[in-house]
Amino acid sequence: MDNKTNTIIKIEHLSKSFGDKVVLNDINLDIRRGEFITLLGPSGCGKTTLLRMIAGFLKPDSGAIVMDGNNITEVPPHLRPLNTVFQRYALFPHLNVYENIAFGLKLNKVPAQEIETRIRKALRMVSMTDYEDRDVNSLSGGQQQRVAIARAIVNRPKVLLLDEPLAALDLKMRKDMQMELKQMHQELGITFIYVTHDQEEALTLSDTVVVMSDGKIQQIGTPIDIYNEPINSFVADFIGESNILNGTMAHDLEVEFIGHTFECVDKGFGSNAPVDVVVRPEDIYIIANAENAKFTGTVKSCIFKGVHYEMFVETDKGYELMIQDYNAFEVGSTVGMFIKPSDIHVMQKERICNTFEGRMTSPTTVEILGAEFECADCGLKEGDNIYASVNFNRVELQDNKEDGTVMGEVEFILYKGNHYHLTVLTDDGEKVYVDTNDIWDKGDLVGISISASDLHITKRV
Amino acid sequence: MKKFFAQTYLWLLLALLYAPIIIIGIFSFTEAKVLGNWTGFSTKLYTSLFSGGVGNGLLSAIENTFTIAIIAAAISTILGSFAAIGIHNLRGRKRQAITLLNNIPMLNPDIITGISLFLLFITLGITQGYLTVVLAHIAFCTPYVVLSVMPRLQQMNPNIYEAALDLGATPLQALWKVIIPEIRPGMISGFILAFTLSIDDFAVTIFTKGNQGLETLSTFIYADARKGGLTPELRPLSTIIFVTVLLLLIIINIRARRAARKAENI
Repeated sequence: MDNKTNTIIKIEHLSKSFGDKVVLNDINLDIRRGEFITLLGPSGCGKTTLLRMIAGFLKPDSGAIVMDGNNITEVPPHLRPLNTVFQRYALFPHLNVYENIAFGLKLNKVPAQEIETRIRKALRMVSMTDYEDRDVNSLSGGQQQRVAIARAIVNRPKVLLLDEPLAALDLKMRKDMQMELKQMHQELGITFIYVTHDQEEALTLSDTVVVMSDGKIQQIGTPIDIYNEPINSFVADFIGESNILNGTMAHDLEVEFIGHTFECVDKGFGSNAPVDVVVRPEDIYIIANAENAKFTGTVKSCIFKGVHYEMFVETDKGYELMIQDYNAFEVGSTVGMFIKPSDIHVMQKERICNTFEGRMTSPTTVEILGAEFECADCGLKEGDNIYASVNFNRVELQDNKEDGTVMGEVEFILYKGNHYHLTVLTDDGEKVYVDTNDIWDKGDLVGISISASDLHITKRV
Repeated sequence: MKKFFAQTYLWLLLALLYAPIIIIGIFSFTEAKVLGNWTGFSTKLYTSLFSGGVGNGLLSAIENTFTIAIIAAAISTILGSFAAIGIHNLRGRKRQAITLLNNIPMLNPDIITGISLFLLFITLGITQGYLTVVLAHIAFCTPYVVLSVMPRLQQMNPNIYEAALDLGATPLQALWKVIIPEIRPGMISGFILAFTLSIDDFAVTIFTKGNQGLETLSTFIYADARKGGLTPELRPLSTIIFVTVLLLLIIINIRARRAARKAENI
């Protein structure tokens, strides 16, 4: 099969804003025929917006959606050959189960005899035989969702869109339905586009996972790729549990982090390059005998999690690591640890310091982030365009938001073993990255200040 | 003891409230011309009412009242339902503004509505009569329909309209097959409300009925009373209207309770 017929939906440069907020930012995505693809991300990342655009409920500001070679960007939803399963089921309350499922078939003028057989088949598929005459309001959440799925698949769409279909169900039911969905996908052989914020669900179900954040695609890959080879610290943090640490690539195949040098399998980063290192908690080997270990530490906490124990260990150099192991180690005991070279995942750092664009307002003041900051005199004059940079750990945050030069909101927190790496969104929508030992919560309003000596100014041309 | 007083108070209050209606009801079953004289049980006033013993004036007033009520209620139900759907799809300040504009006519005293419509029709040079009364009734009934349809729309799962589109319905089919069935109970309540409001109305009708001799029940009774004494047949008529309105109210209440119980079950 050539590449053209293998792609069922092609999304090209799709962008959308609601007011000032950019919800989708230049999305490009190829969806293969018959695959189970999941759009995964935290709430507000744009995944539902993207799904609603594929369904036709929203129009993009720019870009195109191409299905089987036809541009369907402007095609209204009722003419698109795809069907949706909604998060809150969206069954028609005035119709019974049979009438709900027949809704689409009747509109398409399918003969009554065929409607009958197709509905029976669909009901069998979702294990809801004998429920035809039931009032949909009398069904449980799980049953309603099954009817919603039957109502969609009975129309034999080329693509089935599922918008967090299991989010409203309890855990046990969710697990059962996951298995059934997977089986249904295999039996039907059609393309499933699935939206969820549950990373475990995404890894369980999908052929391809699309991790989204801030209206952008962060990474596209198989569940195994996404888990083992996260492309950046956001993906590493969002998918599964992980230890994300600052490191330095000494040279190829050797990386230094948590105060020790480790052999690794990554290369091509150059020498002495700052990197992010990801180690999954189940990939750290922990032993009671500290003497022959690569590095040692003290167990700070140990919690039973069912299959394994989850421990926090403070290493000899003062870093905190999360470790999962089948054996429990006593709190306070000294332990030894190993990490295999292939279990160390090295990622390019997205940035090594904050850089803001601005201009001089006097030889010793600069306007950045929509406010005036003091800086050291570096021979530039008023009106000069500049770049101002500041190290992550030189940005100060104040409890009282009025105390800072500008105000911001803590948007994202990453624990890096011995400090927190925060993303703070200013009122102007710019991002300031901060390394701190203080504990902040997501959504905290903070004041941001930078002392004059920490602000490095370079001329911008 | 305390309970006894509470009960007595309640029944006394109810008796005072309903005494006029009950008295009319009782005295509709006697023949005496003057209200208050009991000359023995008789259904003569009822037979006379229905066999035309009261002259054409009253009968045509009854006919006008009911046809106006049905036309006005039907049209305001349609207008009000579409208005409610429109308001429901608005957001933020616009929605608040329109909702306020919808609520003001309901709080406005009838007499003001009547006078302003009267002046409007005069200014526009429209001859007042049956048509102007119907238009006026539609004007003051529509906001009530909007008010009774809105809650149904708010309870509705916002995705069901999209679900209908998704399954191949055109926007018009989705409206007809999904939205209308969902808000139908609100539309029916709105219709009944509009119907009773229209039958009941005096202030607006008196200003918009013109001088071509159009009478509805309320204006007829008013004129009749001013001529000196009420026609005795008005007693059975009032009784019938009261019982009709009572039945309608009971129906509305039962419907509302059933809807609430259904909502609880979901």
